[in-house]
Formats: sequence, C-alpha cells, structure tokens
Amino acid sequence: MTTRPTTEPAIRVRGLKKSYKALEVLRGVDFDVARGSILALLGSNGAGKTTAVKILSTLLKADAGTVGVNGFDVATQAAEVRESISLTGQFAAVDEILSGRENLVLVARLRHLENPGRIADDLLDRFSLTDAGARKVSTYSGGMRRRLDIAMSLVGNPPIIFLDEPTTGLDPQGRIEVWRAVKELADQGTTVLLTTQYLDEAEQLADRIAILHEGRIIVDGTLAELKRLLPPAEVEYVEKQPTLEDVFLALVGADSTQATAAKPARTSEDSR
Amino acid sequence: MSKHFLGDTTVLLGRSLRHITRSMDTIITTAIMPIGMMLMFVYVFGGAIDTGSDSYVQYLLPGILLITVASGISYTAFRLFLDMKGGIFERFQSMPIARSAVLWAHVVTSLVANLISLVVVVLVALLMGFRSSAGLPAWLAVAGILILFTLALTWLAVIPGLTAKSPDGASAFSYPLIFLPFLSSAFVPTGTMPGPVRAFAEHQPVTSIVNAIRALFTQQPVGTDIWIALAWCVGLLAVAYTFATITYRRKIS
Repeated sequence: MTTRPTTEPAIRVRGLKKSYKALEVLRGVDFDVARGSILALLGSNGAGKTTAVKILSTLLKADAGTVGVNGFDVATQAAEVRESISLTGQFAAVDEILSGRENLVLVARLRHLENPGRIADDLLDRFSLTDAGARKVSTYSGGMRRRLDIAMSLVGNPPIIFLDEPTTGLDPQGRIEVWRAVKELADQGTTVLLTTQYLDEAEQLADRIAILHEGRIIVDGTLAELKRLLPPAEVEYVEKQPTLEDVFLALVGADSTQATAAKPARTSEDSR
Repeated sequence: MSKHFLGDTTVLLGRSLRHITRSMDTIITTAIMPIGMMLMFVYVFGGAIDTGSDSYVQYLLPGILLITVASGISYTAFRLFLDMKGGIFERFQSMPIARSAVLWAHVVTSLVANLISLVVVVLVALLMGFRSSAGLPAWLAVAGILILFTLALTWLAVIPGLTAKSPDGASAFSYPLIFLPFLSSAFVPTGTMPGPVRAFAEHQPVTSIVNAIRALFTQQPVGTDIWIALAWCVGLLAVAYTFATITYRRKIS
C-alpha cells in the first residue's frame, strides 16, 4: 500500500481550472477533504462536478491548478494516485455479461490482489448480493447494480473513493441501499468525495458540503455552518404530513431492503 | 506499471473472451453474411460466371474469407464502443493497471473471434465442395496472411470504436470494407471490367490478397502477388496502429 502522511488532507484542490474549448467549466476551484470524512460536492447539472471528479481520478488533465490525492500529485504521480483511489462513475461501471462475482474477481485480479475469489465472496456478502452472485449482471435491478458497482470500488480497500452521482436514476429503495453502503464506508475510515444534485442526499451523508456554482466553490462548510448563512429559523406551526416517499416506502415495505443491507462490514478491517 | 502489462492484458482478454463465448450469436451473425453470399454466388450466379477454374466455390472462397473478416471487425468496434460508453472503460483507466492492456485485450479478442468465424466459413465451403490439394505450409501461409489482414483491420476498427457517438457509427465503417471485394478479382476475373474500374480493381489491396490466397490453395506459383499482398497488410497495419494509438492516447489523457 501507499504511504500516507497523516497530517495532510486526503484530497487537496487548489486553483483548479478546466475549459472545454471556449466553455470554462472550472474557474479556480479550491477545497480540501479531511481523511475519513465525506464531502458532498453539490451543484446543478452542468456545474462541473463530473469534470472535477474526472480530474481527481486522473481521467482528465487540468488546465491549471494543483490537485493532491492521498499526498500524490494527479499530474505527475498518476500511477500512485490510481493506487490510492476508486472511482464509481455516473453510470454503473459493471460488466453486464459477467456475473456479479466475476465482476468482483475481475477487479481484484486487475488490482493484483491475492485470493480474488475470497475477496469477491466477502464483498458479495457485505453488499447482500451472495444469492445473486452467480447471475448475469444484466438481470440485476438498478439498486443491485449500483451496490455491485460500489462493491467493485471497494476491492483492495483504497483509502479514497469518488462517487459521482451514485443515486441518480435509482428508485427510493435503491437510494436507501446506496446511502447505507456509503455510511458504512465512512464508518470504516474511507475518505469519500460524493457528487450529487440532490440536497437531501448531501444532508444525509456528508460531513461537509461544498457547493459548486458557475465553476467556483461558493460555499464550503458543515450543514450547521451552511444553515447559519441564512437568517435564524422562525418557529412556525406546520402540520406534519407524510411525504410521498414515506407513503411509498410504507406501502411497498422498506423493511425488505433494511433487512438485506444492514450486515456488518468484514473485509476491510485488515486493510490499513 | 508496464510490468503488469502481460498479466493485465490476460485478465482483460479472459473477460472479453467470455463475452464472445456467452454470446456466440455475434460470431454466427458474423459468419452468416459471408456464408449467405457464398451460397448465392455459387448456386445462383456461379453457373453463369466463367472464371476458368473447375468449380466456382474454388474461385470464390478467398474473397469470402476477406468479407468474413471485414464483417467480423465491425463487432470489434462495437464491443469497444460499449466499453467506452458503459463507464467500465473509465473504471479500468482509473485503476492501477497497464493502460494499454484494455486496448490489447480487445485486439486479441478480435483476432480469436475472427479466426473462429473463418474456420466456420471454411467448413461450410468444404461442405459445398471446396477442395484444396495444398499442403500444411500453404495452409499456414494462408492463415498467416489472414491473421495479418485481421490485425490490420482490427486496429482500423479500434479508431471508430474509440470515437463513435452511436453503436451504428461504430460499425458503419465496415460497410465499404465489405463492399471492396466486389470491386476486385474476388468474385469475377478483372479482365472483363471496363478500363477505370479494372485499373482500380487491379491496384487495390483485396485483389492481390485474394490472388495470393487463391494461388496458395491451388498450388500455383504465388508470384509477386503475395509480396504486394503482404505489403498492403503490413502497411495498413502500421498506419491503422499509429492512428489508433494516437486516438487512444488522446482519449485517456
């Protein structure tokens, strides 16, 4: 594994700029992500979240600025950065023709790990996919596919994980499954950079929230700090109506997903 | 990272070979079009075509083999396109693997898939009465030319596979390649073609490759055709490889 200078933040971005021809997407982005924390990068469609994640995960080159990931520079030490990270992109990066288990074994082999079969079985168990493990991924539901996608990112226990809009296109149960998986990650000390356009998702998961707007980070703080930016809350009496999500989950039974995803993590205690 | 090149390529090759064995229909589809053409030309048009050889399938097979490869590599582009689009390509590129392994796995898979299709087509030709007195060295020479031709077209297919915006775009480039044998000595001798067509037919790669393979099958002297054929294959391979590598570098940086 790679060495980790512990004083530094896991991710440090300074003055990051990127344009596509005339279109300036990132115009000087600065933020840090502390080790073991979850930062939600919030922004509307086209704000540049995916561009930022691609630069941080060495898929794109920045025009200007510095990016340090796990203490390594993405421009000059790309190979070391890749050893330290995993990317779960916007579209589930799973192989539809392979089974769930084969997908995990594939990633374990590509990470040059020993015992890929056992790693795959552990992760299938942890993400409640053991029963579906031998089935082709093309038969999976959206939520299962996303869980497999995230499980594939955990192979080899990289210290930093990028999740680019992990719940876009998922149904409510699928969303809850993914949220639970992300919370588990953070509990084990993995650093997570999450992009999302859903405000409730950022509220649910993130230790800190950074809002990316027109190519710059306009706010960066904890939820409490962000709330303090507005005038103090006024007390109003509002009838508490169930949300449609409450109704939906009550009717279709959120219990079934609760039962499946609440297993304790096992594979990553020995990692670092 | 290049110390992992062979290992990573092997792992990824295993992955795409599984794709092929689990959807044999793509190989069958690849072989069906050339087989259909072979049936039509041998049993419908063949009787009226005077090629100077004793049976038309004897004359036709080399051209059909090239058409098989030309239609087979459209699946290479398609498979690469699916990886690019599905996000798994980005996952691989963000992992600590040899970066060119992803491409090489597709290239070797293409070679394997095309060789299977070629064997299927040859078997059908044998059923239709194709016979060759050629010995092992001549068959090996034919296999060598076809492998070189497949590699050249595969690297060509990598370019649309990496750059296409739609699945149709990824495979459409192969249509002219499939059509090219019609303007060559593959179906009929070039002697009866009008001047400009004949000039084109006699100086395009398919004619020399077809003539070389035909000569090897019938144990005729291969003459200069085989050198022209090899020059075309190697030249095309070098050019396609260069452009494909440039395109790939641009994609991953």
